[in-house]
This record gives sequence, structure tokens and C-alpha cells, in this order.
Amino acid sequence: MPFWTYRGLSGGVVTASWPIEVPDGEAGMPVPTGVGCPDGCGVCVESCPSGAISGHPVLTVDHGACVSCNRCLESCPVGELDASGPMIIASTTRQALRRTADPAERAVFAPGSNPLRKSLFVRHIDCGSCNGCESEIGALDNPYYNLHRFGIFFTPSPRFADVLLVTGPVTIPMRDPLLATYEAMPAPKLVIATGACAISGGTNGGGYSAFDGIGGFLPVDLWIPGCPPHPVAVIDALLAASGRSR
Amino acid sequence: MRPCLESRISDPAQLLAELSHLAVHATSKLRTVKRLQAIYARRDDDGDLELIYIGSEAELQPFRIWRYHPVNGVAPSLAKLIPLAGSYEREIQDLYGVTFAGAPDGRRLVLHQGIYPPGAPLSPAEHGQDPPPSAREDVPAPFFEGRDIQRLGYGPVRSDVVESGRFNFWYAGEGIVHLDAKLFYKHRAMETRFEGKGIGEAAVLSERISGVDSVAHALAFSTACENAIGIEAPPRANQLRVVLAELERLYNHLHYFGLIAKLTTLKVADAEGHYLEELAKQLNARFSGSRFLRNLVTVGGLRRDLDTGQISDSLVELERKVQRYLEALARTRSYIDRLETTGVLDPLTALAQGATGPVERASGLNRDLRRDHPYASYEQYEFMVPEAEVGDARARASIREAEIFESISIILQACAHLDGGPIRSPLPDQRSGESTEGLGWVEATRGTLIYAVHLDGSTLTRVKVKDPSFSNWRAFPFTVTGSNMMDYAISEASFGLSIAGNDR
Repeated sequence: MPFWTYRGLSGGVVTASWPIEVPDGEAGMPVPTGVGCPDGCGVCVESCPSGAISGHPVLTVDHGACVSCNRCLESCPVGELDASGPMIIASTTRQALRRTADPAERAVFAPGSNPLRKSLFVRHIDCGSCNGCESEIGALDNPYYNLHRFGIFFTPSPRFADVLLVTGPVTIPMRDPLLATYEAMPAPKLVIATGACAISGGTNGGGYSAFDGIGGFLPVDLWIPGCPPHPVAVIDALLAASGRSR
Repeated sequence: MRPCLESRISDPAQLLAELSHLAVHATSKLRTVKRLQAIYARRDDDGDLELIYIGSEAELQPFRIWRYHPVNGVAPSLAKLIPLAGSYEREIQDLYGVTFAGAPDGRRLVLHQGIYPPGAPLSPAEHGQDPPPSAREDVPAPFFEGRDIQRLGYGPVRSDVVESGRFNFWYAGEGIVHLDAKLFYKHRAMETRFEGKGIGEAAVLSERISGVDSVAHALAFSTACENAIGIEAPPRANQLRVVLAELERLYNHLHYFGLIAKLTTLKVADAEGHYLEELAKQLNARFSGSRFLRNLVTVGGLRRDLDTGQISDSLVELERKVQRYLEALARTRSYIDRLETTGVLDPLTALAQGATGPVERASGLNRDLRRDHPYASYEQYEFMVPEAEVGDARARASIREAEIFESISIILQACAHLDGGPIRSPLPDQRSGESTEGLGWVEATRGTLIYAVHLDGSTLTRVKVKDPSFSNWRAFPFTVTGSNMMDYAISEASFGLSIAGNDR
């Protein structure tokens, strides 16, 4: 029989120091550079599978809808769009995800607007995701990200939860369970829309069986863009929710 | 439908007769690739409802499809002949309002009672009727009533970070008398999202049906479209597609071991398994720019070329770590004890209910599309298809363990013999008004994944997605009856099921 405790100790520390840098080469989200678009171009608008790009000649890219497929980057003839910018970070308003050429700022709650401090208990709820978000949220508990070190834990019961972490566009059968879960949480509580589907429906919202994200059902406090959001982005958002800086 | 053999059937008796050779009996031969693979409905070019049955008949032979037009919205049910047909029929009944005469189970499957507006959302106008009244909604349960029998409803919101689904147990003490798995809480009507999209843009959509099966979905979709319009991806693209597909299998299987270790309460093995999964995902990100290997596979090949330079070294290093980990698990008695005899799926049930992938290979059915119906460039590589007979959770783990090393071997072979040249074939101009159809298939991590696409020019008019979890969720409850509550979570995890893929 292997002696697992010894095995674990002898494996050394594998947890990455915070803040964790996302390695180069991971697909980011497009940001307009301000170079300017040719007259009547709009190929990026056409190429987008989730309708995240609008405006001409000044582009707005909605990171709340973007699924990082980078088709727009491939189609852009002049380099007006660039995805080499900083990691995508959460926002306290839906509007702040609609990006023009201005630099992104990390979500900060207005003074006094966030009732939560320090340790958090998180209830995750899947409202029709593709399971990519679950895979990345599940990764937060692996030793590399080691979410526990921040005093942030997942809880099975909404009764103990401070934060509701929602994925998926909200399907028709998940609407009532979502609302019931929120109701079961004691105040004060925060709601985090996780990923493009939960924010705007992404590529999967609408149709006869789904809505376009959770915005119409619950008061959202934080929006984490991404398809799926990188584990680092989720940690960063949870730290913001507990009133901590990076 | 390319590249399939076709039969068109006009009367119900003929349909039953033609498909009877796929029927499953107590004496059915188990070592066979013969199987009904999927049934779906669509509107044909005249707007009439058409049912399409897809079957596999022999190794290295094309799939066969049968076409049948329901008469006044009624078609004969195959479910008594071929039990796995039942799930497809119930789905078509819900969505298209077709009645299957003689169906043993008429309950709704996809659209929950009382949640959706009445009517079949995809029914053609002339049949715009409600789905047939289902006599047995929501499992009435008198059959399971008794003084000592309790009922437990679990879900759709369950503990931990998991997908949504509801599980109704009837149990006596620790023993489970019956399980009703109510799924489709996550139904997003993904198949309809493809309609009206061009083939060049829709691979992105297929990647978002089951996120941890992104490559498999994009590959099955792309090959279906390539077959429909008669093009082939260049050799280099097909070889890189194999590398991507096997990297996907690798991180999924590593996740599986971490999860099983967690459920058998091995804290360190849980951490180590999930850490290995993380290392595999980080390898994916360095190699492809995406932890899920997304945004690469598309119709005609790949969107950009990949550098396989560092992959071999990283993989060999990862393989050493995985080997040491799996050896330690294999020597852990408490782990083996929890897996042995847990969730036994016997071969005949596996065949009748359509179990697929590692699940069926652990139950003595030796099928693997990579070998039996090669696609991409699998015919170029040597690999073994592992098999076990017992059908319990340990057998399923042993299959995945062996597959991890086969996957690494395939990737190393592919990287060692990469062709040069282009990675994307140009799409020919397709005239609109010209209808084509194609079938694509992939042995995904979880088993047989099939896409059937219908095109008008280069615009998609209907896409059917048969996800492997749709089959395995049907087989899974058969292993639960007679087992106990303590083993349930291990049993479910050992099937490696995707709810997003099942629900679509």
C-alpha cells in the first residue's frame, strides 16, 4: 500500500504564487486598437458567432458576449483588433464589458457598496453551461490554484453561501431552481455571472429553450467574461468580491 | 448522405423488417459493430417530416441510413426490437410531435411537463399539434411504494461544482430499488443554433455543446461538412487533428482519476489527479492557445498551423508522472475495494441500451470508431483498443488507464511523422439551392459521437448531434438498481458522463 500522506508531502509545493500570470499564447479577447477601420468594412461584425462586435468606424467589442474564438482577428484586414492585451478581468457593471480602445480596469466596488469581507462561501449553480465553465471552476480546487488558501470555499448548501456563482444562459427548466437557490441564500449576498453564457447568452442563449443570461432574473454584482473564464479570472473576481485587491 | 449507403422505406412493416437485423436478443452476438447509431427527424426539401435512421453494419464499411416519412405524424416504434431506439423516439416525439406506435415508454424526455408551452417546437406547421398526451408523466411510482421504501429527490442543484440534473431514488435502507434520472434541465436547443449559419463559421458553435469534448465535436462537425461538399482536409491537418483529439482524451481521463480518487476519499490522490489534469490543460494552452484546444478545427482543416516542437518532451515527462500516480492507485486497497463490483453493466444490457466508449469496452464490447471506421489519419498509427469483461467501475478505470498510454503513443507517433504542406483546403463555391448531406463521426473520450449535416449550398439547414453521453445516460440507471446509496456517486463518476452533451 502506498503511504499517500508521505507521497503528498514529498511531492513538494506545486501551488502557484498569487498573482498568477496567464502564460503568453492563451487566446485573449479582441480589443479595438484605434488604428481605424476601412470604409464600409464590417467583416469582423459578420464573423462574430455571438454578435459581440458593433459600431463602425469606431468599434465596440462586448466582452460579455465574446467567446474568444478569434475569428474577428483572422478576418480583420487592417489590425484594428488586437487580443494580446492584459488578461480579461471581471467588471462590476455590464456596461464596462463593452470595450472600446480604452484600457480595462479591474473591478472595484464603490466604497461601502460591498458588504462582504475576507472569507467567502460560494454556491455554484449550472443553468445550462457547456460544462467548460464547470471544468475551470472545478480546477480552482486543484493544488495549482488552491483556492482554499484565500479562505474561499465551495459550499453545498445555499444557506451557508455568500456568493452565487452562476454559469450558463439560464434554460427554461433551470429558471425556477436558480431563483429558489438565490432566495435560499441569507443576505448579504452577491451574484456573479460567470462566462459569456451567463452574461449575455453567448453563442448558446435564446431559442425555444434558453434565455440570454441571468441579468433579467437576478441583481448581478460581478460579471466575469470568458468562454470559459480562465481560473485566474475567477479567482480574481472572487477576491474582488471579498473586498481584496490582487 | 455521404459517405453512407442508403435505403428509402415507404411502409411501416418494411421499416421494422429492414432494421430487424439490428435488433438485440438474449442470444445476440456481442462482438459486433452492428448497431443502430441514431434516429432523428428533419424537414425535407418539400417541407415534409422525414425520419432518418443511422446504423453501422460491418467494420470498415460505410454507415447505412434509412429514410422514412411518418404517415399523418405516426411512425412505428422500434423500441421493443432495439431498446436504445426509445430515447431517440421520445426526443422526436417531444420536439416534432411524431407519435411512435407501439412505444413501450411514451413519457416526455426532453421538454419537461408543465415547464414549456404546449406544442412541439419544431413540428412543421401542418402537424402543429401538441406532443402526444403522455400517459405516464414524472414516474408515478405506485410500483415502488411500500412500507419500507423511501423516496429521495436529489437535484437539479446538487452539491459540489457539478452539472444540473435531477435524480429520484426509491430506496430501502441503503439499497436502491429504483433510480429515475431526469435530465434535460440543460437543454439549450443547440441543434437549432446551427440552422442558417455558414459551414465556415459553425465549428465554433459545435465546440460549445460539451466543453470538455470541444475537439471531438468540432472534428465530427467538420468531417460531416467535408463529406457533404466533397472535400478532404490536407494530410497535415488530419494528423494535427489526431494530436488535438488525443490531447483532449488525455486531460479528460486524468480528470476522471482525480474525481474517482476524491469520491473514494483519497485526499492526496484527489489532489494529485487534478494536478495532473491541470498540467495537461496547461500543455494544451501552450500548444494550441486554448486550455480546451478550441478555435482550431474547422471545415477544411485547421484555422492555423501548430508547432509540435515541444510537445513530445512535455508529454514524455507527463507520462512518467501519470505512470507513477496510476501505479500508486493500483496498489491502494481501499480504492480498489470501492471500485470492484460497483456499478456492474452486463454485456447484453450494454448492447441493448447502446452503451458506448470506455463504458462498453469495459463490458466486453470491443468497438472503437478509430479502428472500426477510421477518420482523420488514424489508419496511419498503431494502437491497441483495451477491453475488459467484468463491467464494473474498476474495469472502466482500467480501460481509461490503458487509453491514456495509447493516446500518448498516438500523439508521439503523429508528431514524429507529420507531413508538411497546407493545413486547410479551400471551400468550393456551393450554389444555394443545391442540397447536400454528410455524416461525420468521432470516437470521443466518452464514445461514439455522430454529426449529420444538411446543407443548402454552404448554409446549414439541419444539424443532428448524437453525443456519446446520450447513449451512456440511458445505460447508466441499469447499474444502479440493486446497488446501494454509498456507491452511487462512484458509480456515476465511473461512467464519465457529460450532461451538457446529453441535453444539448
